[in-house]
Amino acid sequence: MSVRNLAARLEVTAPSSAPGNPAPITDLSALRIRARRRRQLNIYGLRVLVAVLVLGSWELTTRIGIVDQFFFGQPSGIARQLWIWITEETALGPLWQQVLVTMEETVLGFIVGTVLGVVIGVLLGRNRLLADVFSIYIKAANAIPRVVLGALFAISLGLDIRSKVATAAILVFFVVFFNAFQGVREVERNLIANARILGADDRRLTTEVIIPSALSWIIASLHISFGLALVGAVVGELFGATQGTPSRAWSSEPCLRSRSDWTFAPRLRPRPSSSSSSFSSTRSRACARWNATSSPTHASWARTIGG
Amino acid sequence: MTPAIELRGVTKRFLTPSGGVYTALRDLNLTVQPGEFCAVVGPTGCGKSTTLALISGLEPASEGEVLVLGKPVHGIAEDIGYVFQTDAVFPWKTVLDNVAAGPRYHGRTTGQARSMAREWISRVGLSGFEDRYPYQLSGGMRKRVALAQSLINEPQILLMDEPFSALDVQTRALMENELLSLWANTRASVVFVTHDLEEAIALADRVFVISAGPGTVKANYPVPLSRPRNVTEIRMQPQFSQIYGEIWNDLRDEVLVSYERQKLSGAA
Repeated sequence: MSVRNLAARLEVTAPSSAPGNPAPITDLSALRIRARRRRQLNIYGLRVLVAVLVLGSWELTTRIGIVDQFFFGQPSGIARQLWIWITEETALGPLWQQVLVTMEETVLGFIVGTVLGVVIGVLLGRNRLLADVFSIYIKAANAIPRVVLGALFAISLGLDIRSKVATAAILVFFVVFFNAFQGVREVERNLIANARILGADDRRLTTEVIIPSALSWIIASLHISFGLALVGAVVGELFGATQGTPSRAWSSEPCLRSRSDWTFAPRLRPRPSSSSSSFSSTRSRACARWNATSSPTHASWARTIGG
Repeated sequence: MTPAIELRGVTKRFLTPSGGVYTALRDLNLTVQPGEFCAVVGPTGCGKSTTLALISGLEPASEGEVLVLGKPVHGIAEDIGYVFQTDAVFPWKTVLDNVAAGPRYHGRTTGQARSMAREWISRVGLSGFEDRYPYQLSGGMRKRVALAQSLINEPQILLMDEPFSALDVQTRALMENELLSLWANTRASVVFVTHDLEEAIALADRVFVISAGPGTVKANYPVPLSRPRNVTEIRMQPQFSQIYGEIWNDLRDEVLVSYERQKLSGAA
């Protein structure tokens, strides 16, 4: 408003454009909008420039041979591979289907982990005894490198979606849990006292004061945890793959390994192999295959390095 | 007549984080009659706020009896309003929903609670701000929200813990007058904690002086100034300065004791 007033005043006081002089600035806000737009364009331009520089130097160095094309791939090669997968299809079916499966695992894992994290975080945050009893176990569980649990889940839950969701969920759970717990603990004493004096019972206190107050903490954690859910889903898929399941990454290892890995890791998707039916129990099957297939993986690595 | 608030021989001890015992109040006796406006003054750290916490039931007394409306206090007492020193309005709720919180907690529907809240918002002079959030309001306006939030429950006891200490002098005088006129319509018993003796005399019927910690009531002075009062004008009256002189004599000693102790603990 004040800008417009100022502009109006400027218009009155400015000399009516003398011949030869440029027209007086009559609208400051228009000028400001123009400046903002110019800045925005500059930023877009610079962003494109960064991408061109990075990809260009990658392409260039691999072409000249400073960087080994075999290990690091090549932007043009990746683009070509991606185009083939999009236009034709991958060895496992259409690309979008692979992406969809990974996304499904990610979202499910995210939801399960978040709900558990918030519920248990709020519960322990509100109940001192529970917190004191369980804190040691939660800390201990948190100390486990959780990605490793993906292997455990692949064995115990099987190679279908459940093991991936579990891996994603457990990665999400701890982040959300600790934030929810801390958020509940950090609720301002005054707000709680005020609500109690105003007549809030325990349930109201939790739903109307504690949770809204802790929400900023929880939401902050969701940001990170969605990324972690994706990590969990992909790691789960990788564990599925090492157990003899054909997937894009591992099957492409001997020839196109670096290129296809670089292209889009989350496409990885396990599929139970037909040979699995020959084993009787799930556990022995999983263990047997674990042993059987870890060696080809190593062998192919040896081949790669040797070659 | 049963007093509105009665504290008999109340002692309050806290465990310090290092495992020691800190006595905040010792053998405190205090009586507030129904409809009386009392102010509690004392040096920093003498246990003024603790007294309010005991009356409200937020903290239990270690020894002695706390009676509110003739009944011993166990947990949060009914019929109590509490205006906190720092902001305690809910930052995620609009002014309307903040004020409507009390009636909703007492079982009113949201619709009923909101129409009651509108009424109280206009009484504290915030009409037109119903949809604002606390962060969009000035400090004085937030205090008005806090007042409406407490008064909407029509408490028989209103506890106020240095509610206006964070406000600038002009806003403060405005809010004090506002409080007096709101209180005149409710006739609740008020315990108003402050470190400002002038504020205490201008507002209250009776001023309690608490000794340097562990706090106990050193003296209590009636303030026979006529009502309705205007807090800025009343300070010009000769009687005001006379009462001020008397109470300050008492309070000064306690303030000095408290100051000396702080210096010592600072030096130690």
